[in-house]
Amino acid sequence: MITLYLSRDAASLALGADRVAAALLRDAATHGLDIQLIRTGTRGAVWLEPLLEVATPRGRVGYGQLRLADVPSILDAITGDGAHALNIGPVEAHPWFANQTRLTFARCGVIDPVSVADYEAHGGLAGLRRALELGSAAIVEEVKTSGLRGRGGAGFPTGIKWNTVRGAAADQKYIVCNADEGDSGTFADRMLMEGDPLCLIEGMAIAGIAVGATKGYVYIRSEYPHAVATMRAAIVAARRAGLLGHDILGSGIAYDMDVRVGAGAYICGEETSLLDSLEGKRGMVRAKPPLPALAGLFGKPTVVNNVLSLASVPWILAHGGKAYADYGQGRSLGTLPVQLAGNVKRGGLIEVPFGLSLRRLIEDWGHGTATGRKFRAVQVGGPLGGYFPDRLLDTALDYEAMAAAGGLLGHGGVVVFDDNVDLLAQARFAFEFCATESCGKCTPCRVGAVRGMEVIDKIAAGRDTDRNFSLLDDLCETMTDGSLCAMGGLTPVPVQTALRNFPEDFDRAGRKLAAD
Amino acid sequence: MQTAPATNEATPPGWDKARAHAIIDGMKATEGAALPMLHALQEAFGYVPHPAEAMMAEALNLSRAEIRGIISFYHDFRQAPAGRHVMKLCVAEACQSMGGPGVAERLLTRLGIGWGETTTDGSLTVEKVYCLGLCACAPAALLDDVPVGRLDDDTATLLAAEAAGGMT
Repeated sequence: MITLYLSRDAASLALGADRVAAALLRDAATHGLDIQLIRTGTRGAVWLEPLLEVATPRGRVGYGQLRLADVPSILDAITGDGAHALNIGPVEAHPWFANQTRLTFARCGVIDPVSVADYEAHGGLAGLRRALELGSAAIVEEVKTSGLRGRGGAGFPTGIKWNTVRGAAADQKYIVCNADEGDSGTFADRMLMEGDPLCLIEGMAIAGIAVGATKGYVYIRSEYPHAVATMRAAIVAARRAGLLGHDILGSGIAYDMDVRVGAGAYICGEETSLLDSLEGKRGMVRAKPPLPALAGLFGKPTVVNNVLSLASVPWILAHGGKAYADYGQGRSLGTLPVQLAGNVKRGGLIEVPFGLSLRRLIEDWGHGTATGRKFRAVQVGGPLGGYFPDRLLDTALDYEAMAAAGGLLGHGGVVVFDDNVDLLAQARFAFEFCATESCGKCTPCRVGAVRGMEVIDKIAAGRDTDRNFSLLDDLCETMTDGSLCAMGGLTPVPVQTALRNFPEDFDRAGRKLAAD
Repeated sequence: MQTAPATNEATPPGWDKARAHAIIDGMKATEGAALPMLHALQEAFGYVPHPAEAMMAEALNLSRAEIRGIISFYHDFRQAPAGRHVMKLCVAEACQSMGGPGVAERLLTRLGIGWGETTTDGSLTVEKVYCLGLCACAPAALLDDVPVGRLDDDTATLLAAEAAGGMT
C-alpha cells in the first residue's frame, strides 16, 4: 500500500486540493492501486499547494503545484521511479522548509490534525505530562524563562500575565484563546487550528493547570469555517482521549473548553472587546484597568492569549524554557511564525527565530513579487502596521527593531506590494478600515477615522495641502494619544509611515506639474 | 451590508415560531448565549427573523433594544434573507496587492449589483470581507463555505454562473 498525504487546509482547498484528492482516489481505483490518502494541514508553503506527499524509504517526497490534469502522470511516477516535473524531492530537505526552525509548527502539515495517536507519536503531550509533574508555580516559571511574549501583537510577557491570574483568588478562572485573526496578511492561527489543533488544546490545558482555570474558550472568527470545524472535531477527540474533562490524563485536575464563533467584527480581536463579545454583548472595548487578568470574562480572572502564544507552550514545557530562549535575539526570544503574503512569488508561513531581516525574507523565501514587477512597499503587522520601502528592508523582524523603524511586528504578517501600489490610497484605506470597524466607544477612533479619510481626500485633490498636512499630523497625534485601544491608537502607523516613507505619492500637485 | 428589517407585521419569510423557540430555549442556559443563539437562528432561517428578537430578549432577560444592538453591531447577522448563495470577496491589503478590489468591482458591475446586494434572480449575494486568511494566494473569495484563491475575472464570472445554476 502507498501512503499519500494531501493538505485540507483552507488555502490548499482554495487552490484545488479537494478536486485533486477526488481524482487521485478515482484514478487509483480504476488502476487497481492500493493507496491510503491522509488529509493533513498544510506545512505552509502555500505557493506549492496543492502539495502531494508520498511516503517513501527516503522520507516524504513531494509533488508541488498539482493541477487536476497532472493526477494520472503523478500516479505513474509514484508507482514508477518517481520521475516527474513536479517532483520536489524529499519535502523536508527543500530549502524553503530546511532553512526554517519549526517549533510551534513542527507537526503542522505532517500529521492527521484530529488524531490524538498521530499527535502523540510526533511529540505531542510531552509538554502536558511535564506540566502535570511540575505543578502550577513551576509551569509559570518555565514560561517566564522562555521569554515568550504575546504573539497577537502586543508582545506582553506571557509568564507575567499567567502569574497575575495565578495569584488572583476567585471561584472561577478562564483561559480565553484569541483566534479572531483579523489582520490582513496573517493566517498562522488559522493554519495551526486546521493543521495541529491538539497543540492549541494542549497549550490551553497547560495554561489552565498553571493558573487554576477549569474552563476555556477559543474565540474564532466566522471567516474561518474550516478552522472552526477542525477545532471542534479536535476538542471532541481530546475529550475522548482524556486530555480534557474533569480528570486530565488521570491527574485529578479539571479543564475543559469550547469553541465560540465571532460574527464579522475586526475589533473583537482586541482582548476586552473579545471578552464582551464572548459574554454575548456588542464587542465594545473596555477601559483598562481593571486588567482582564484580574477582571476578565464575566468579571473573573482570565488569561487572554493569542493562538500562537498558547501553541508555543507545549514545546516550551517539553524542552524547557531555556531551550526556547536560546532562539531569537535581544528581548524577542524564541521563534516567530512569519506570514509572507500579498504580491510575492513564494508566499506562506515561515517559522524562524526572531531577527530575520525583511530583505532575506522577501528575497530568499519570497523570490520577489508574484507579478514580476518591481518591489515598492511592504506592510508589516497587519492593517495597523507600517509601510516600508526598499531602503528599510534590512530591518530585523523583532519587536524592538520594528518599533524603532516606526512600525510594529504585530502578528507577524508581511504583505508585499509591487510598484502599482499608491501609498496615498493605502493611507486612506487605513482610515476607511478604522471607520468601518471601530467599536465607536471612544471619540478619537470613531470620529478621527472619518475625519482622516476626508483630510486625505483633500490632500489627494491638492486642496489647501499645507494646512491639511498639518491637520493630518494633529489628527494622528490625537488618535495615537487619545484612543482607548490599539485600533484607533495605531491606525496612524500605516498613515504616517506611508507619508514619511513615500512622500512622493502624497504630492499630487507636484506630480501633476511634473507630468505637465 | 444589511437590509432594513421589514416594518410591517407580515410573517417574515420562512418563519417558524416553534423552531425558533426550540433554538432559543435550548441555548438560553449557555454562558454568553447571545452570539451562539444568533448564529443558530441564522443557520436555521438564513437570517435573524424579526420576531425572534423579542423571544431572545425574554429568554436572556435583556431589552429588545439590546438584542437589536447586538445584531446590528456584527456584520454577519442579516435582518433579511440573502440570495441562495453568498460570495464573500476580500478587499483587505493582501488582496489589494494582487488586484482583488478591481476583480470585485468588475464582477459587481457585470452582475448589476452593489456590495451586499443580491442578483435579481435571487441566486447570489456578494459581500465585502476584510481578510479570509488566504493571503498567500490572493485575491481570495469564499463562495458559501468553499474557499477560492488567486481569483481573477474569469473565475469570478464562472463562480457567479455556477451559483445561478449554470445560467449566465
